[in-house]
Amino acid sequence: MATAAGTIAAPTTESVVWSWITTVDHKRIGALYGVTAFIFFLIGGVEALLIRTQLAVPNGTVIDAQLYNQLFTMHALTMIFLAIMPLGAAFFNYMVPLMIGARDVAFPRLNALSYWIFLFGGLVLTSSFFFGGAPDTGWFAYQPISSSQFAGSGMDFYVIGLMILGISSLAAALNFAVTIINLRAPGMTMMRLPVFIWMTFIVMFLLILALPVLTVALIQMLFDRQFTTSFFLPDGGGDPILWQHLFWVFGHPEVYILILPAMGVVSEVLPTFSRKPLFGYAAIVFAGIAIGFLGWAVWSHHMFTTGLGAVQQAVFSASTMAIGIPTGIKVFNWLATMWGGSIRFTTAMYFAIAFVAMFTIGGISGVMHASPPVDQQQQDTYFIVAHIHYVLVGGALFGVFSGLYYWWPKMTGRLLGETLGKWNFWLMFAGLNIAFFPMHFLGVSGMPRRIYTYDPNLGWDFWNLVATVGAFILALGVLFFIINVFKTQQREPDAGDNPWDAPTLEWATTSPPPEHDFDVIPEVHSREPVWYMRDHNMTTPDPEPGTHIHLPPPSYYPIIIAFGVLLLGLGPLSHLAVTALGVPVIIYGIWGWTLEPTE
Amino acid sequence: MWIFLGSECLFFGSLIATYLIFKGEIDLPPFPSETFIETAYLEEAVASGEITEVASHLCHESSEAGISVCEGIFDIPLTSQSTFVLLMSSVAMVLAVYGAQHNRPMMMKFWLLATMLLGVIFLGYQVYEFRTFGQEGLTLETSQFGASFFVLTGFHGTHVAVGVLILGSLLLASFRRRGLGSEPGFQVETAGLYWHFVDIVWIVIFTVLYLIPA
Ligand SMILES: [Cu+2]
Repeated sequence: MATAAGTIAAPTTESVVWSWITTVDHKRIGALYGVTAFIFFLIGGVEALLIRTQLAVPNGTVIDAQLYNQLFTMHALTMIFLAIMPLGAAFFNYMVPLMIGARDVAFPRLNALSYWIFLFGGLVLTSSFFFGGAPDTGWFAYQPISSSQFAGSGMDFYVIGLMILGISSLAAALNFAVTIINLRAPGMTMMRLPVFIWMTFIVMFLLILALPVLTVALIQMLFDRQFTTSFFLPDGGGDPILWQHLFWVFGHPEVYILILPAMGVVSEVLPTFSRKPLFGYAAIVFAGIAIGFLGWAVWSHHMFTTGLGAVQQAVFSASTMAIGIPTGIKVFNWLATMWGGSIRFTTAMYFAIAFVAMFTIGGISGVMHASPPVDQQQQDTYFIVAHIHYVLVGGALFGVFSGLYYWWPKMTGRLLGETLGKWNFWLMFAGLNIAFFPMHFLGVSGMPRRIYTYDPNLGWDFWNLVATVGAFILALGVLFFIINVFKTQQREPDAGDNPWDAPTLEWATTSPPPEHDFDVIPEVHSREPVWYMRDHNMTTPDPEPGTHIHLPPPSYYPIIIAFGVLLLGLGPLSHLAVTALGVPVIIYGIWGWTLEPTE
Repeated sequence: MWIFLGSECLFFGSLIATYLIFKGEIDLPPFPSETFIETAYLEEAVASGEITEVASHLCHESSEAGISVCEGIFDIPLTSQSTFVLLMSSVAMVLAVYGAQHNRPMMMKFWLLATMLLGVIFLGYQVYEFRTFGQEGLTLETSQFGASFFVLTGFHGTHVAVGVLILGSLLLASFRRRGLGSEPGFQVETAGLYWHFVDIVWIVIFTVLYLIPA
């Protein structure tokens, strides 16, 4: 194939490494997201264990205050931006085309670009540990403590790292929004979309609308730190509260960006293992949309202690409590889905049921501090730490594990071991509750967040020790998952196409799916297309002989452009010449990208 | 593209909001528009070095004793010209899209080039404006007004520059043997959507910053 002047021909060799680097297959990109995010998840976990070790006994001496500040900041950033968000991305990369009956996403090369930018952004953020210290003013980077006057180069890594990650998420969000709108199989109407797809769809819009606000805040922070502006610095006439507004206008939708994919997974797992359709499909979808809208009108509940004024507090308190309604609708629909079903208690189902229970606990403590006077008491105490971990571990992370057990046979052709799986579940479940439930008590008895040590006579000793034990039990549970994966991958593929007798389209193809996903694009007649085919004795039709399935060829340009973006970002961290170097790389990449033949 | 522009709305929305928040807090020249200020306060600021000599030249005694009047820094006639240029570029863009959709490649190429040129002229105006403001003592560090003004209009300018690059690559690509491939109308239309959006954002900025007085 002839190539345009100065461009690289699409790779043709079968080298394994290069085939992964240049892949544009959504399933491979999903796998890359999954593995990368899981490694970051382990890093974030080690950070958490260090924190808990330090706090196990009063006046701990394991780590000093400086490192402690870096650890709690990086633990949050890693878990939010490098673990839970991309684990969600791994699922929607792998599953969206399969579940809507498409052969790939709308823009396959853009998808690869998103992944590589994510990887580079994650590396920039994490590498800060080795270059003058990681960010250390909390993941929310309040001002002016994050200004160049008070905080070191770690905060520059924070700004640049989050900007790079933002580009990645924005590109992915545009890609998947378009994919879901345009590439649905015939008969797959919007109201027949699996709930996981709906939740992904809502998340894409939250990303598209929330990220630019964060980007503006980061740009202003960058100007404050690198140039001479003072957007957020009171000395120069700036307003530190403005940062808080901008950050939380992004930050609260971000909470739903983290939790909605997990809700989607659970809405797939519960009906499958209850052997009956999801109860109140439309109600769950509209509750998800309502959460997406209301999520924009509640951000100031993070700022009740900044003195907003009584009216504002009342409004934001009311809107925050209002979010409890659609969330409650979902919980009752999930319960009603299980009601009267013939339930199979697989590990995936265990995690899904635990999700509903744990998320409800986290939700209830959330409604508690929606009330400003209560929040004044709880703000910056361990009560809030307990709340977010019930929502993010018991909620988002349990959703992810439920999805891993549910979709593993589809992705690898092998069922994860159920015995080890149950160990995995019970250890994580016990660890979660032992680690985080006592934090409610600690918070109510006044233990502040983000202190690196405490005196022995404050009545906090016992529950801190318990929490630390719980954290290690939780980590042990994750270890059992890793063992399970290695044991499972040594076995012969045993899953078959649809081991769970599940209703959605991804189970209509082989496990693992072929590169082109479906031999014949299926036609959809109901919300449970695979059950419909089963009940109507339909089989998947054979492809017409001689049909050629067009797949986009692999490409070097995504990683080239991502590398250019990396150089662009490294400039403010090292020397502006590096940024200058990034520009031609990006222009070259775009040039090759546009001229590359895709047929 | 529509979805991406939704994202851009929030981006510029946040920047404009920042500007508006800080607009009320300017108490020393350079001001965006004509402003009265106590002479004693002004002299104190000059003496303490809070504002530069140059900036204080924008002000002179008014008819009322003890009160100085300071010229606004915005040159509305000049910026109206650049706004007009940008508006005309949108017209040229519409013609380019028409050419692309109706299979008239020469027309498309001509108007693409015209759009680019008008975009570059607009950027020229902006560079000139930034330089003049700099000489009159408005920089990133002078005041919140300076910071939010330069960041907002600077990012808008960057968007125009990116637009020029997009149109340029379309133009270059259209000279290939295959031209713009099977769907030239769609590609030019998408670029046009972006261009019009950047234009509309400028109208909003022009109205909010320049035309609505303090
Ligand atoms: Cu919130």
